[in-house]
Amino acid sequence: MTLELYVNRNTSMLNICNLSIWFSSYTIGLRYQETRVIRDLDLSLQSGQVMAVIGQSGAGKSLLTGAILGILPRNARIKGRIYFKGELLDQGKLRRLRGREIALIPQSVTSLNPLLRIGVQIARAAQLGGIEKKEVKTTVHRTFERYNLQPTVADSFPFQLSGGMAHRALTATATVGTADLILADEPTSGLDPSTAHEALAHLRELADTGKAVLLITHDVEMALNIADLVAVFCEGTTVEVTDAKHFVGIDKLRHPYTRKLWNALPANGFLKSDISPLSFSGASGCPFHSSCEKKETICSERFPSLQATDQGWVRCHYA
Amino acid sequence: MISLTLDRRTRTLTIIFACLILFSGIFIGAWLYGEKGEITNLTMRKLPPGWGLPFGTDWLGRDMFARTLKGLRISLGIGLSAATCSAFIALVLGLAAATLGKTVDLVITWLVDVGLATPHLVLLILISFACGGGAKGIIIAVAASHWPALTRIIRAEVIQLRSSDYIRLSPRLGRNPLWIARHHLLPHVVPQFLVGLLLLFPHAILHAAGLTFLGFGMSPHTPAIGALLAESMRYLSTGMWWLAVAPGLALVVSVKAFDIIGNNVRALLDPRTLRE
Amino acid sequence: MLEALSLAYRYTKQHPWIFKNLDLCIAPGEIVGMSGASGLGKTTLAKVLSGYLPPARGNIVIDGRSLPNSGPCPVQLLFQHPELAVNPRWKISKILGEAGEPGIRLLQDLGIKKMWYDRYPHELSGGELQRICIARALSETTRYLICDEITSMLDALSQAHIWKIISGLADSRKLGLLVISHHATLLAKVCSRKVKYFETEKSLPVQTEK
Repeated sequence: MTLELYVNRNTSMLNICNLSIWFSSYTIGLRYQETRVIRDLDLSLQSGQVMAVIGQSGAGKSLLTGAILGILPRNARIKGRIYFKGELLDQGKLRRLRGREIALIPQSVTSLNPLLRIGVQIARAAQLGGIEKKEVKTTVHRTFERYNLQPTVADSFPFQLSGGMAHRALTATATVGTADLILADEPTSGLDPSTAHEALAHLRELADTGKAVLLITHDVEMALNIADLVAVFCEGTTVEVTDAKHFVGIDKLRHPYTRKLWNALPANGFLKSDISPLSFSGASGCPFHSSCEKKETICSERFPSLQATDQGWVRCHYA
Repeated sequence: MISLTLDRRTRTLTIIFACLILFSGIFIGAWLYGEKGEITNLTMRKLPPGWGLPFGTDWLGRDMFARTLKGLRISLGIGLSAATCSAFIALVLGLAAATLGKTVDLVITWLVDVGLATPHLVLLILISFACGGGAKGIIIAVAASHWPALTRIIRAEVIQLRSSDYIRLSPRLGRNPLWIARHHLLPHVVPQFLVGLLLLFPHAILHAAGLTFLGFGMSPHTPAIGALLAESMRYLSTGMWWLAVAPGLALVVSVKAFDIIGNNVRALLDPRTLRE
Repeated sequence: MLEALSLAYRYTKQHPWIFKNLDLCIAPGEIVGMSGASGLGKTTLAKVLSGYLPPARGNIVIDGRSLPNSGPCPVQLLFQHPELAVNPRWKISKILGEAGEPGIRLLQDLGIKKMWYDRYPHELSGGELQRICIARALSETTRYLICDEITSMLDALSQAHIWKIISGLADSRKLGLLVISHHATLLAKVCSRKVKYFETEKSLPVQTEK
């Protein structure tokens, strides 16, 4: 049974069912091939929750934001269903929802327009984000206060701000509007610990006001500080979805990849753990069956679906 | 339309190929027609376009199609040779400005600014006049005035490249400056240069035509497109529209074809979109 | 022994000093960690130590000799963003061979696959690219490696994998390492000694023995 049947579609903010994404690229001359980058991805997020998507670095995780917002590159093919507040999303609906109800906090501060003053950019984001014209000024002012930005910042250009301030301004552009679902793509990458903590604290605050936050990151330890749920991503699919509290010890973690990941953290086994790369098997069956102790014949034949366990969901035939 | 069903790379290559066929057609056609455009036939004067005479005849009964083809070949030839000279001047100056130190850079940048600030047509006329007119004069004039913009582009590209991490670390790995220039800089500069060259053609061709139109170029007997257009001005009021439209259209189509080739080659050469 | 004596650096005479009177030494086989707040000059120090920037004052000596001006430098720098440290128009095979062909054993240790050779940098992940940069940096003449936040953009498994390899290589080849990172736990586990960087007029890194 798939995740879809476990979660009530109508109460979830975001529900992704069996999402697959293929990319076509040229090899030599005029021949091209299609590579599947994301496979049968399932995810469910409620309002007030922060879900951290962690796992392998590479194209997979960041594509998720592109898929949810409907802004994948031209050579991408997508299959599967994405529900937002119970409604199935398509390009038409996404055009209305993008920026207004679903907002993205981009990865780097270079996403700020270098030629516009911060005040102007946030005001514009507010307007595009669904705030009434007459409310824009007060909303922007309130946002500035909330993120501890001095009024002088409104008249500055992005290059005049310090890294931390620029990051807060960037977050403000996404959160100033009325968006209920916030997608944060690697919000702490390249930041020093104190700025990173601050950035994540803002996200937690957003969730506490009832919004849903999808946090995509490779920084597991930081993410665990604020996340409610953790979805572990590997080989293009979610292999485990579990409560963030279960990440304190390896016993509550079910999937072999999650256990390896936990062990590899500097605070845990790190260099002493078994970090030989997992060998991934071919197209059919579970991608991890060749490195799993519990394998049976079914593991090499059928791709497992997400199964519910008392700790969450695992993509394994033997949850 | 085929463009909707073919994948991007095939489409790009098809477009480039189609343009190349067009150009070969022009050159081969001009060669095949030979001197037919010079033959005057007073019994077939001032005929509008029709069967056997796709572009009609002029007031001396000369076949406009043959004249246009020859004119196109002459104009394209002048434009291409002038543009190529200009592009190489731009390459040398751009590289020099970016790699030979501050003084050289200052001098070249100043020259670029002067070149860009001077009214283009005035400069062209002066130079072609000073060089004695004719095809030689036009080529020198166009070559000497079209390099500033491309020089700037190449200079900017090389300066930006030289500050990239991977080029700064190359000497640390033991490589000498010549090796770095050949293996690191050249692969980046060549595509820019090629695209710049292709996009320079339309400008050069149009300016060469402009010069001949104003009468600063060749002798009135050589049917360069500009000359054809200039001659046709006199007869427009008498209703012989094909004398201007035919050469004009031919010029516009060939210039646009180069533009299309340039843009498509640029799309092909970017490694990021190379595999998409 | 890599010794930096009274190093000082500023961009131009009009700029303030980024660091002054800085002394540092790294012994072969030693892994020294350096942490400190962002934007204070750690990367600049890394660049000065590896010969990218000439020090305004002071000098860097390796076994009594200063850094060479030409030829491969015995101090190699690894960058935080591997995708910026490689020519995007080159194939992987060419990138690997820039400092001379790396040994088969090294490529195996780093897990670099033959099928990557024909690919372009943007087709590989950050972790894979970083391993290629490491292979490129570890030529026969390399004696010291400066790792500037090399795994802060990578996931936990790639990070652990890379540090296991590097510390193994540091041991077998007796390389001296300077590891710059924000991650206190990482430094604690990888380094034998830590150096803390302060931003003061007379920047004197305070050595803390572990």
